[in-house]
Amino acid sequence: MISSAILPTPLARLPWRLIFMISGICGFGLVVLYSAAGGNFSPWAAKQAGAVLFFLVVAVIMSSIKESTMKALTFPVYGIIVVMLFGVEALGLVKKGAQRWLDLGFIRLQPSEFMKPAIVLTLARFYELLPAGEIRKWRAVWPALLLLGVPAGLILVQPDLGTCLMVVFCGVTVMFLAGLPMVYFLGSGIAVAAAMPVVYAMMHDYQRKRVLTFLDPESDPLGAGYHISQSKIAIGSGGMFGKGFLNGSQSHLDYLPEGHTDFVFASLVEEWGMVGGTLLILAFGLVIRWGMKVGQRAPTRFGQLTAAGLSGTIFFYASINLLMVMGLAPVVGVPLPLVSFGGSAVMTVMICIGILMSLERQQRSQSRLES
Amino acid sequence: MSILGPSKTKRYTGAHQGLAFSRRMLLVGGAQAAVGALLVGRLGYLAIVQNEQYRLQSESNRVQLIVVPPRRGWLVDRYNKPVAINRSDFRIDIIPDQLENPEATLRLLAQLLALNVDEVDRIIRELKAAKGYQPVQVAENVPYEKYAAVTVRLPELPGVQPQRGFSRFYPAGPAVGHLVGYVGTANAKEYAQEKNPLLITPGFKIGKEGLEKTLEKNLRGIPGGQRVELTARGKLVRELTPKPDRSGATTQLAIDAGLQEYAARRLGEESGSCIILDCLTGDILCMASMPAYDPNSFSDGIGRTEWKMLSEDPRRPLLNKNLNALYPPGSTIKPMNALALLKAGVDPSATVHCPGGYRLGNRFFRCLGRHGTVDMRRAIAKSCNTYFYAMGHKIGYDAIAAMAKTLGLGQKFDLPVVSQSFGTVPDSAWKKRRFETSPKLIERPDWTASDTLNASIGQGYLILNPLQLAVMASRIASGRDVQPTLIGAHSKPAPLIGLDPEHLEIVRGGMWEVVNGDGTAGASRLPLPEIEMGGKTGTAQVRKITGGQRGQSGDWKYRDHGLFVFFAPTSNPRYAGAVVIEHGLGGAKAAAPVAKDVLTYLFDKPKAMARLAELEAGWGGTLLERNARRAAAVEAAAAATSRA
Repeated sequence: MISSAILPTPLARLPWRLIFMISGICGFGLVVLYSAAGGNFSPWAAKQAGAVLFFLVVAVIMSSIKESTMKALTFPVYGIIVVMLFGVEALGLVKKGAQRWLDLGFIRLQPSEFMKPAIVLTLARFYELLPAGEIRKWRAVWPALLLLGVPAGLILVQPDLGTCLMVVFCGVTVMFLAGLPMVYFLGSGIAVAAAMPVVYAMMHDYQRKRVLTFLDPESDPLGAGYHISQSKIAIGSGGMFGKGFLNGSQSHLDYLPEGHTDFVFASLVEEWGMVGGTLLILAFGLVIRWGMKVGQRAPTRFGQLTAAGLSGTIFFYASINLLMVMGLAPVVGVPLPLVSFGGSAVMTVMICIGILMSLERQQRSQSRLES
Repeated sequence: MSILGPSKTKRYTGAHQGLAFSRRMLLVGGAQAAVGALLVGRLGYLAIVQNEQYRLQSESNRVQLIVVPPRRGWLVDRYNKPVAINRSDFRIDIIPDQLENPEATLRLLAQLLALNVDEVDRIIRELKAAKGYQPVQVAENVPYEKYAAVTVRLPELPGVQPQRGFSRFYPAGPAVGHLVGYVGTANAKEYAQEKNPLLITPGFKIGKEGLEKTLEKNLRGIPGGQRVELTARGKLVRELTPKPDRSGATTQLAIDAGLQEYAARRLGEESGSCIILDCLTGDILCMASMPAYDPNSFSDGIGRTEWKMLSEDPRRPLLNKNLNALYPPGSTIKPMNALALLKAGVDPSATVHCPGGYRLGNRFFRCLGRHGTVDMRRAIAKSCNTYFYAMGHKIGYDAIAAMAKTLGLGQKFDLPVVSQSFGTVPDSAWKKRRFETSPKLIERPDWTASDTLNASIGQGYLILNPLQLAVMASRIASGRDVQPTLIGAHSKPAPLIGLDPEHLEIVRGGMWEVVNGDGTAGASRLPLPEIEMGGKTGTAQVRKITGGQRGQSGDWKYRDHGLFVFFAPTSNPRYAGAVVIEHGLGGAKAAAPVAKDVLTYLFDKPKAMARLAELEAGWGGTLLERNARRAAAVEAAAAATSRA
């Protein structure tokens, strides 16, 4: 913490180490985007820098929200997002096509993106309200499943498997941390494994192709497996220290598709090598650990579950992308938050960070009061 | 609780909840750390362990090799005069990936280059199948004006690549057609066989026929490559250091290009062949077969009309008559018969009376005249059938067949040619075999006296190609075991064949008399002082003599073939060969004059050229002039059919 002698108290009270970490990740991302555009700020790096700055300010502002306000807003906000998801679906029906966003004129809103943090808050609020003794009862499960299932189902039919999975993972993490019996999780794990073939049968063709490609990307290196093969070539050819800034042939010569969005990590490793990649993973790890610590220290049940759940959101965001890019998970279209070009992932993560900072700030003031 | 664990009867309190949260946080945190470790491990595996492999793949992504076809090796004659060379020409290609507006580009190109509908269709088809940076051919051998027209419009034609290329050129045109063959674009079958990307590179041609085909390996060379850095979409980023191509090796032929061209021109409008060998070494100095296709027009890709005209021509311009046409040799094998007789112990001064034929049982085998009493020398000079009927009958044909084989008849030579028809030298064993395999053609299994008589005058089952006749003449002329060769100029004489020099001298004497005595080819004496030619005429029936039809008149295709074998100079033989004129009526009339002029060329070029000019004036121009006229006619016909 920076001494309050230099900075005004509200600023000095911000968790600067976290902000530095976040800025570092975003900065690295901007460097990669600059290179991916062939050494140009346009079209990606400059735009992204604007989005990052904007949402960082939003996060800082959010950090001043009180926990009580948050609690009060949780269910209404959840309700609004679910309505928006229905709206998107209805619009899709009208327009006869896949639809993921609502065009409000001045901004395109992707409600599913808001659902990632919202589901965490909602379930945290739900389990806070639930009396401790009820946790082993059916009452502790079905409302949570409903709260999670409705948005997840709506997102799945959009269809957006990546986001749906993330929402489900975030929700399940909160339910797990809330203390639902372990049997439920083991049981449903087995059930999901058993249901895989059924799910596969229900998938869209392009999703099936992605699964097959994931299982054997080299089977069709010019077709469906092209993304993953080229991504692995980019990462593998980077070596220990990479090909050097602005020297990534895979990304610069367009062999790596989506080298500035979903596969930005491959562009990064191609130029910065294993060292650069490991540094980025470590930075994410530290941010997540910071969030988990906020959860551990939280005095309220809502704070505990929210902080841990939002850390989980950031974790799932980053790790699903990295697993996918390195060929350990099917290509589900999840960007690398803060690094990939695109504002919505930055927004989601910054919302998470803002809420985490708010919880952390209140812990500190509380502990100071207590001591 | 710690001992019994939570039980259903116990109340679950907030304290329990806090404890459970801490435990589960530990689990979740551990799982997250594990995933983190997995990610770093995977990163290390890809970037460090498999680095080598992925680096190579990234390189092969980045760098592409554009094949630069090698220049084809030259074919030169024994004096290094070019027979087949490369002429630089202009060509237009399209790089599919750089093409921005295919329709407009093709429309403009078709207009500028006057492409017809078929060609435009082909280009569209190939463009659809093309991928990456591999160029597609629009046109080759483009005249300079059209090339220039495309070049100035280039700014409107992105993706179009005007280039200098090379096309095969045969200065002598049809004169070397059958000898060297031609080149052409590899077809799907040839590509499937070799799987070499060079074969589908625009502008690259492979040997399709003749020496071009058989010497393909030597002539092809090694392709070079323009190494370029390309984006995934095939856009050129920069050119890297190119790999130079190595042009194919120049191959020297035994052929004397001047003689080859002269022989081809001298054959004129006749359908026939003319072969001359160096009778000491076996070098094939010329091997002309006429009429012939123009390999230049074949190498540009031949049109359907021209192909149709060539394949329907009764004079068979698509057939190499030196190797792939078989003829009854007629009397040309009589010197060989004489050698067989001598070897069998027949006294050369022994005489036979010729009353105009020979009676065998109740059949009378005719001679061409009443020669009276003839010995061996006179029999050769006068081509007396009766003598050879009688003597052949005496020693039996198996002894003659053995000599025929010694002199190369019925033999397949070790030559770089696409195919050889080697004919038949019949004997009793052959007839028995043939009777078993094809009883329909052969009436009885045993060799009869009439078989001997027919074969003795070069008819019946005996059937040969002209090269074999030339080899026979060479072996008689030099007494050496001459093997015909097409590649390289040799100076070392072939080993002796093991025939009695005295016998050879007797036979050569008879052949001297054919031309220089009162023999059958007296009209074809060499117009040179002190150089004389020896030879033997032959007339081969095309069909059985029926009802007075002697093959000396009537339809062209039923007329007798004229043959002539020869050597010169008689004092010290150096050249030997054979001329066959299809349906030329007779050896003395059609074939011997050709031999005379071609040999004259070897000793006195101006005299031979003067004679040729005289003849060609009568035929309506030189070979190239007549060929150009024919090509124009073909074009006109093609235009007429495409309009229709």
